Amino acid sequence: MLGLTLKEVSSAFREGRISPTELCRKCLNRIKKTRPLNAYITVTEELSLKQAQQSEARLRRGVPKGPLDGIPFAVKDNFCTANIRTTCASKMLEGYTPPYNATVVQKLLDQGAVLMGKTNMDEFAMGSGSTDGTFGPVRNPWSYAASYRTQAGAAPDSDWVITGGSSGGSAAAVASLTSYLALGSDTGGSTRNPGALCGVVALKPTYGLVSRHGLIPLVNSMDVPGIITRSVNDAAIVLGVLQGIDVKDSTTVPAPSALVELPEDFDVRNLRVGIPKEYHAPGLSEETVAQWSRVADLFERAGARVEQVSLPHTQYSIVCYHILCCAEVASNMARFDGLEYGHRSEMESSTEVMYASTRHEGFNDVVRGRILSGNYFLLRHNYQQYFLKAQKVRRLIADDFGRVFGSGVDVLLTPTTLTDAVRYYDFTQEDNRTRSTQEDIFTQPANMAGLPAVSVPTALSRRGLPIGLQLIGPALEDKKLLCVARWMEQRVGFPSISDWDGSQESRNDAGVTREQTSAV
Amino acid sequence: MAASCIAASELLHNIKLIPYHKASCVLIRRISTSKLKCSSQPVAEATSAPQQLVGVVGLEIHAQISSNTKLFSGSSVQFLAPPNSLVSFFDASLPGTLPVLNRRCVEAAVMTGLALNCTINKKSLFDRKHYFYADLPAGYQITQQRRPVAVDGVLTYSFLGGKKRNQVIRKNVHIKQIQLEQDSGKSLHDDVNNQTLIDLNRAGVGLMELVMEPDMSGGEEAAAAVRELQLILQALGTCQGNMSEGQLRVDANVSVHRAGEPLGVRTEVKNINSIRFLAKAIDFEIQRQTDVVQRGGTVKNETRAYDSKSGETVPMRDKEGLQDYRFMPEPNLPPLIVFEDNASLPAGIDACQAVVVQTIKEGLPELPGIKRDRLVQAYGILPEHSFTLVNEDGLMEYFEAVMRATKMEPRKVIGWVTNELVGLLKQQNTSVSHSPVTPAALAELLELQEAGHISSSVAKQVFQEMWRSPGKTGAEIIREQDLGLVSDAAKLHRVCQKVVDSHPDEVCAIRSGNKKVLNRLMGLVQKELKGRADPVLVREILQEKTS
Repeated sequence: MLGLTLKEVSSAFREGRISPTELCRKCLNRIKKTRPLNAYITVTEELSLKQAQQSEARLRRGVPKGPLDGIPFAVKDNFCTANIRTTCASKMLEGYTPPYNATVVQKLLDQGAVLMGKTNMDEFAMGSGSTDGTFGPVRNPWSYAASYRTQAGAAPDSDWVITGGSSGGSAAAVASLTSYLALGSDTGGSTRNPGALCGVVALKPTYGLVSRHGLIPLVNSMDVPGIITRSVNDAAIVLGVLQGIDVKDSTTVPAPSALVELPEDFDVRNLRVGIPKEYHAPGLSEETVAQWSRVADLFERAGARVEQVSLPHTQYSIVCYHILCCAEVASNMARFDGLEYGHRSEMESSTEVMYASTRHEGFNDVVRGRILSGNYFLLRHNYQQYFLKAQKVRRLIADDFGRVFGSGVDVLLTPTTLTDAVRYYDFTQEDNRTRSTQEDIFTQPANMAGLPAVSVPTALSRRGLPIGLQLIGPALEDKKLLCVARWMEQRVGFPSISDWDGSQESRNDAGVTREQTSAV
Repeated sequence: MAASCIAASELLHNIKLIPYHKASCVLIRRISTSKLKCSSQPVAEATSAPQQLVGVVGLEIHAQISSNTKLFSGSSVQFLAPPNSLVSFFDASLPGTLPVLNRRCVEAAVMTGLALNCTINKKSLFDRKHYFYADLPAGYQITQQRRPVAVDGVLTYSFLGGKKRNQVIRKNVHIKQIQLEQDSGKSLHDDVNNQTLIDLNRAGVGLMELVMEPDMSGGEEAAAAVRELQLILQALGTCQGNMSEGQLRVDANVSVHRAGEPLGVRTEVKNINSIRFLAKAIDFEIQRQTDVVQRGGTVKNETRAYDSKSGETVPMRDKEGLQDYRFMPEPNLPPLIVFEDNASLPAGIDACQAVVVQTIKEGLPELPGIKRDRLVQAYGILPEHSFTLVNEDGLMEYFEAVMRATKMEPRKVIGWVTNELVGLLKQQNTSVSHSPVTPAALAELLELQEAGHISSSVAKQVFQEMWRSPGKTGAEIIREQDLGLVSDAAKLHRVCQKVVDSHPDEVCAIRSGNKKVLNRLMGLVQKELKGRADPVLVREILQEKTS
């Protein structure tokens, strides 16, 4: 039951095969069982059950609110949730309870979806491993799957792998079947990266298509709420609910089309698929390259025109992102001074001392480092040389995409990450900055250009860990992008995770098609 | 920076200013003797320097936009509301909140720009200006540094100059730009408990920052320019313009130099909360800098606060080294686009939602300069009277209301309004709107005078009485106190007879040809009747009785 798609659950509700309350209890139980994953910072058990009961009453009266009524979902802990603490995995906001819901959260609640909890992340979304939050690292559920344990001979307690990040908690929640969908945020790949490493679908919509109101920002000009689900169709349903103008976010744009369901049979025969040659980057694993080729061949064999394209400025994306990100971080973090909310230091000998010690105590090294660099880049005599130059490079990166899509290419096919998930032990040998530099390389350019991109789980590596590939489309072509993603999803045959210890539910639900493709 | 300086300077005022008091008296006296007031005669009694030092003044003005809600949030704008009662999530900078631009504020800025002959930028941008201050909750102010909404305007202002101060002098000051920005909150320093309390009611209120080029030479010009701006803003309704309530905040950049030489080092004078103090602060500062330069010293580039009690400017607490505001584009607001006319609106944009320059232009009200010209033409009054009428809040409306209800000629009415009425207003320190005598009541009184029911001296007496007993009409007062002209022939005959009878010598003199003595008798009759006798009739009767 926990492995079903949204549509399947929705019809199971209507046919009375399961009730929202039962399903909610199942998810809560599973959250308890999967506690070691550390996917959730806050589990909203009481509220979840209350919402599930309300949903159940609606279903009983035959007036469900929509396809998401009664569906359990999780939210990354950088989206504000009214009366539920929202920490950004930072000491700074450890005790902070917002008085309002982020627009995206409100939209899901308005649809009757049932909030299970708030998910773990890197502090203030600064990271690519979900290892740098004050509540500790998130463990990748695949660390415990039979595929990894048997094929890599790994011992789960010492050899567990990271989820990627920064939305690792959300990806782990969906992958470990504790929620059917989860909200992440994507600034440089923070949704797609853990999506790929955890073997789930991770969509970063076009910038402006989904409201950022209530998303505690990292980089306002790149942040997009991300959608994590177990199937492309599910992602499309959720995007349909979330997209569109929000008067509270002046950067939102009208949705180009209503998006409820993707066509059953999408024709790729006239599709032009671009393969950016610059994405053959150093450090890219052989296995990932192999998957990349395999899927490119799939497209070609189906009649699509697969061609090499060039995005010459992509190579500058990382350094450019570093400057823009730090500058906005320095600015966005200025409000955390301990006065109106959040952590306040005990040292109060003067206002300045209180500011300094509050910020020193409240932020981790990564956040403080970026604030420092950002303020440096914004100094009057540095502005032209760094910030302005980075903005110009950003324009060049966006223009690269514009040229490629302008030439008739419909979608770009790239890897999402360099490799499959690495062991926590190995990951933490490098510092956050180096890791982010490596990990975001394929995902970041889409944020620079504001383009929609989706990571689709493609295969398991030899170690039994997921590999994902990314599709990037032109701005506001989210629907077409998802059609292509679905076509791909239907053909790659990615297995479902279902081998969590003692996961009775999965075995009992063996009649479900998705479960039959299980790797185990 | 919006205005956090006010609180800081208040603090300064409390702790640092007291020792300066003695010196201030001396300085004030010196200022009042060395008039720096007009550019025509700067530093009148200056020294033996080959060329005289003259003051150069530019102004930075923050005008609080008159609007129901704040610049980027839906909170109400209100003066004197309970602390922190007008604070939205955005105003308190709660994480995740975003700015949503208030169209009314944009329209106000565009309207103000048009009234000041500015070029309206069809596309303008918002920026973040960073500094840590307790009453700036986000750690930055959203302003328009790179591309403000209006640029390159000019304000024409006039003041009365010349020897008799009745000559209208007209000048221009260039407006560099008008930018939209957020106001800050207020810090209230509690020195007793050693704490600072923050009130965010004002945080996020829309401001127009107007930058006036250093085209002025002294306090009088700056004061006249600000007064004219105030009148314009009030006529437009874009700012209430009350300086004491902080709706209009003026900082002055002051320097001195010799004509033809580069500008001197400037100081910024803050904490000026009335137009009168603006003139005083600037003149003090010019004199202070002049003294420094003449003593061979150099003027320091610093921020100074004006202390209205001592009449001095004093250095403000140093801002701890160089401030770098680390400007950055505001990423949460798209460029602000205004449209020239309805025809230039792109398809799909509702004219009601867009800001259209042409529409605002058409709705511009009569501006003070035009009003004055119209008054001079329509009523034939003197230009200086038109100044008094327009510069005093509500006085023009009062005058015109009186004019509509009386047949008395404008030149006489203007005397009543600018002398009697304004005199009493000044005496009572009140405004036209609080005048106990309404225009209709004054007109009625003037009509009685015009019709010959009372003399002009009695009319003035009645006017004073009306002021003291609001609600009573002139006619009532005249009746109650029996102030009407006595033109009852029998009564006049009786009084005249009494006077003639009791002054045989005077009558004799008249009869022997000394006609002037008749005036003495007339005076006696008037004295008898408390000045209410109809002089024409009295003369006739006396002539008859003494012939």
